Amino acid sequence: MNSEFLSTIAIIALFAPLAGFVSTLLLKKWTKNAHYAEMFFIGVNVVAAGTLLVMTAGDLHTLHIISSFNWIQFPGITFELGFQFDSLSIILLFGVALISFLVHTFSLQYMHGDKRYSRYFAYLGIFTFSMNGIVITNNLLMMYIFWELVGLSSYLLIGFWFEKTSASDAAKKAFIANRFGDFGMLAGILLVFVTFGTFSFDGIKEGLLSGILPFNSGFWLSVMGVLLFCGAIGKSAQFPLHVWLPDAMEGPTPVSALIHAATMVAAGVYMVIKIYFLLSADALLVIAIIGALSALIPATIAFTQYDIKKVLAYSTLSQLGLMVMAIGLGAFGNAFFHLMTHAFFKAGLFLAAGSVIYGMHHEQDIRHMGGLKKYMPKTFLAFAIYTLAISGVPLTSGFMSKDAILNATMIYGSLTGNWIFAVVGFGVTFLTAFYMFRLLFRVFIKGNITGVEHHISHGHKVHESPNVMVVPLLVLAALSLFPFFSFNPLSGENGWLMKGMNFASSAVPDGLRYTFMALAGTSVTGYTESYFEASHHYHYIAMALSLLCALGGFGLAYTVYFKEKVNTETYKAKFRPVYTFLYNKWYFDELYEVIIVKFTLLTSRVLFWFDATVVDGLVNLTAFLTRKVSDLGGLFDKYVVDGFVNFTAMFTGLIGLFMRKLQTGKIQTYVAFIVVSIVLLFFFYARQ
Amino acid sequence: MSSFPMLTLLTFLPIIGMVIVMMLPKEKRSLIKITTLVATGLQVVLAGFMWAGFNYSQAGINNPATFQFVERIPWITFDSGSWLGMIKIDYFLGVDGLSAPMVLLTALISFIAAISSWNIERSVKGYFALFLLLDTGMMGTFLALDFFLFYVFWEIMLLPMYFLIGIWGGPRKEYAAIKFFIYTLFGSVFILLVMIGLYLSVNEVTGEGATFHTFNILSMMNPSNYTQDGILSPFNPDNLRFIAFIGLFVGFAIKIPMFPFHTWLPDAHVEAPTPISVILAGVLLKLGAYGIIRFNYSIFPEITRELVWWIALFGMINIIYGAFCAMAQKDFKKLIAYSSVSHMGYVLLGMASLNEVGLGGAVLQMFNHGTITAMLFLLVGVVYDRTHTRGLNDFGGLANNLPVYTGFAIVAFFAAIGLPGLSGFISESFVFLGAFKVESIRLLTIISAAGIVLGAGYMLWTMQRVYLGKLNEKWTDLKDLDFREYTMLVPLAVIVFLLGIFPSIMLDLMNTSINELVNQVTKTDFHSIMSGMK
Repeated sequence: MNSEFLSTIAIIALFAPLAGFVSTLLLKKWTKNAHYAEMFFIGVNVVAAGTLLVMTAGDLHTLHIISSFNWIQFPGITFELGFQFDSLSIILLFGVALISFLVHTFSLQYMHGDKRYSRYFAYLGIFTFSMNGIVITNNLLMMYIFWELVGLSSYLLIGFWFEKTSASDAAKKAFIANRFGDFGMLAGILLVFVTFGTFSFDGIKEGLLSGILPFNSGFWLSVMGVLLFCGAIGKSAQFPLHVWLPDAMEGPTPVSALIHAATMVAAGVYMVIKIYFLLSADALLVIAIIGALSALIPATIAFTQYDIKKVLAYSTLSQLGLMVMAIGLGAFGNAFFHLMTHAFFKAGLFLAAGSVIYGMHHEQDIRHMGGLKKYMPKTFLAFAIYTLAISGVPLTSGFMSKDAILNATMIYGSLTGNWIFAVVGFGVTFLTAFYMFRLLFRVFIKGNITGVEHHISHGHKVHESPNVMVVPLLVLAALSLFPFFSFNPLSGENGWLMKGMNFASSAVPDGLRYTFMALAGTSVTGYTESYFEASHHYHYIAMALSLLCALGGFGLAYTVYFKEKVNTETYKAKFRPVYTFLYNKWYFDELYEVIIVKFTLLTSRVLFWFDATVVDGLVNLTAFLTRKVSDLGGLFDKYVVDGFVNFTAMFTGLIGLFMRKLQTGKIQTYVAFIVVSIVLLFFFYARQ
Repeated sequence: MSSFPMLTLLTFLPIIGMVIVMMLPKEKRSLIKITTLVATGLQVVLAGFMWAGFNYSQAGINNPATFQFVERIPWITFDSGSWLGMIKIDYFLGVDGLSAPMVLLTALISFIAAISSWNIERSVKGYFALFLLLDTGMMGTFLALDFFLFYVFWEIMLLPMYFLIGIWGGPRKEYAAIKFFIYTLFGSVFILLVMIGLYLSVNEVTGEGATFHTFNILSMMNPSNYTQDGILSPFNPDNLRFIAFIGLFVGFAIKIPMFPFHTWLPDAHVEAPTPISVILAGVLLKLGAYGIIRFNYSIFPEITRELVWWIALFGMINIIYGAFCAMAQKDFKKLIAYSSVSHMGYVLLGMASLNEVGLGGAVLQMFNHGTITAMLFLLVGVVYDRTHTRGLNDFGGLANNLPVYTGFAIVAFFAAIGLPGLSGFISESFVFLGAFKVESIRLLTIISAAGIVLGAGYMLWTMQRVYLGKLNEKWTDLKDLDFREYTMLVPLAVIVFLLGIFPSIMLDLMNTSINELVNQVTKTDFHSIMSGMK
């Protein structure tokens, strides 16, 4: 493969949305249709990314091409920017472009009439540009650069309706929460640079394989991995920094679909997959634990929420947690697979939610929705397919990828004897099916039908969205079905995506990595034989269990929300403390409000008080004392120094007074003085 | 070297402008302003020519032969007989990769401050005369290679600054002006003492073989030029070099301003008129850091090496403490002032690394902080001109009716937060990279890195209070930027972007010198000479 040609296309793909951003901002002064510039360039992005995929499709599983150039030169040190073409980057680049394009299209109608319409599209452009940069890079420095730019675009888009305090709060919260993660990531990057003298993934890998460890210690290798992972905790909204994502729903709904469901939040997962070769067993275990908590906690919150977008937000958190957990268990490929499938159906879910919100005239509370199937059949169809996919029902993409992750949890369990992650995985599968079908039933089939009818009878039309919105929904629904990922609906592992994946292996030295992971160069697959044996052994067991869990979740939702056989209110009353705890999202926001926000503000006030009173006080005190001393000096001057002068003058005067008595003016007196003086002189000299 | 007195012109062009301003009748306000604009504008052009003629491969730092555009004329020479021998003070100017970025910054910021001074109404003539004098003082300080000459320029700067704050300032202007003046003067005393001590300890030999004491900074950097028994001579076992280092450091640290010597800054900023704040933050603060690098580092390298941990510590305190103090502010300008304290901490931290990346980052940060903070103060000035308030809680929702202004604010704020693609990111990252490499200050570096979270915290909070949210009804008829305001903000924004994406523009200019500086400070062996004596 010609790397120069690839780079050229990659550059086009990367910069097209930036061109869209700039041209839209420049043109919007003159024309109302400035957003078409962005539409054009996002189209270019899709075509270029698609070209890359088609060109490399044949040898995706071996593809590994680097193309880099010098950016900044110091004596002895060079900082590079560059591309890394491999299966991960090429597939995700296209995925991002495609979803971004669909969201752009959807937004044409959804955002219509907004007073900052073209600005909105410009922001989508700069977001896509930033995301492309993360995906295509070959080194951590460039990743960090685009990482921050993604943070900026997210800030701009969450706060797009900045007149609302809640929106500007959410934007700020998202950026700062991310900064906490970035702080760790930055420390990790510094550690990488000090250890390996390079930022590039290949360079780090080479260094590791040649036996270099940070501070020559396996412990610090784990620390390095966890620090880098901190970036993902922020960006992929993992526990304990997950709190920003639900709030981010303040942004326009298509933005939630693109950024806070499909792409940006996937960046963290993607980054960890990129650096997996340096993750030691200890680091991976930490990652698995964080992932498990992030999968479980939001799943327990999701079914207590009433805002349609919030439910989806918590489900996103939970799914991201699953991916991260899978990485922690060594199943990088499966995590990436789920990342891809999830990107499509979750983008779809949010867009469908957007379609509902649009059709209901900006109503987001599911308590005011019901039976919408009748009014929005196409949206319902799409939403149903996504729901099946996320719940892991066969024939959907989600079934394959989730099954792959659950299988990995069981393999891990059998190889290490630690089954807790498997329990979490299946538990989350059950909860996911439950809260997703709850949503489907309450919004589209049963729910508050009378309320909606009442609403309509008052002249408010509830309508299906226009085609420009519905078509993206249907495209995404199609992409949530199995054939796009694997022709065998029961086995994602044999699909093109998984087969095409470049399973490079761990570079962590023996003894520091999972026993079932192979060292780079010793195995094509990245795993030892035992792993595959376990994989075959548990494949169908995992599948059966996962189906059972999904079915259980569905069954419960069916009973409660379709048959409406259970009065939820009585259960709420029965488990009031638990329900309140879950409904209030485990009180994370309140906790952070106290331990972070309040504490920081208090510290800042105390320190400023210290600054104004003590530090500056000392300065003023010095000035005051100096003035007092100078006053004293003045007194000393007046009474002592000047007094002495005056005294001298007075004394001189007194002597003069006395002396002038001698000045008689008579020659006889003077002669007498002279004679006496001479006699006295003689007397003195004679004595000698 | 060409015979064209480039640096003299750069330095004294504003004085020519000042003389013209003084000769103009005081009613000719626009003529006075135009004269100032032309003088500072020509200075920018000259600085550009200097840049174009600058040889990137010459290091400077401690070698008079590799300084560029050197002008050296005996200024004061007399024979004091047996007492001090020949006294020789040179008019000695030169530029290297360390001062070149500062020269460019000074020219640029002065020009932009001149535009920003356009709406000064009171005693126009006096204002602009002092303004131009200040410009000369700053430029001369960066270019002087003779300690005595440096000191003269350093003091020249003080006077106009005192009056510019004291006369054209806000309600507490007298207090702020005196505080600024006395504080800096207090520091100058140390500088003066060290200067005399060095003078008495350093010998230079003329072509004819005569030995005389010298104020030549470059001679002070070479251990072999020291006398046997000078008070600051490494050959003297009882030398006071350590104390001299501290004195000099404090003298310069006040200007940075380094904790705990920083409290004059918020007062001076709050009271100073906008253009003077711009100059204060944009150029004056850099003089402190520049002084430490040029003098402390190169003349006292052996003590510098011993004290890097302390420099890093104070850098860290500046970063974290400044950020916390900024967060507590209710006055827009005071907030930016404290953010300056925080951002100058990065300069100290980078300096403490004593390696190319860290020091390069520090000097770049000096330049970047100059442009970014100048922008921030201009932005505060823009709303202050319109609303006559700076209370952070008096605004809200300005993005609604001032979209362009808000756009510039986003650029400046995010540059200050260290967003990649904007210049602040590059210098901050290099500071971290350089400092983290040094084991002894690694922990301090990590703590300092928490500044990126705090920085985002107070900047975004400010952003929200001023620009986002519902428009405060008081400000519904505010106008967006006018042409004059564009002309000050656009160049700065362009530079912020340009240096964010192509930092090599500035780094290449400094690299050779920074490399030599690292050599000078890490390798020059004042110690072994001393131990050789023992």
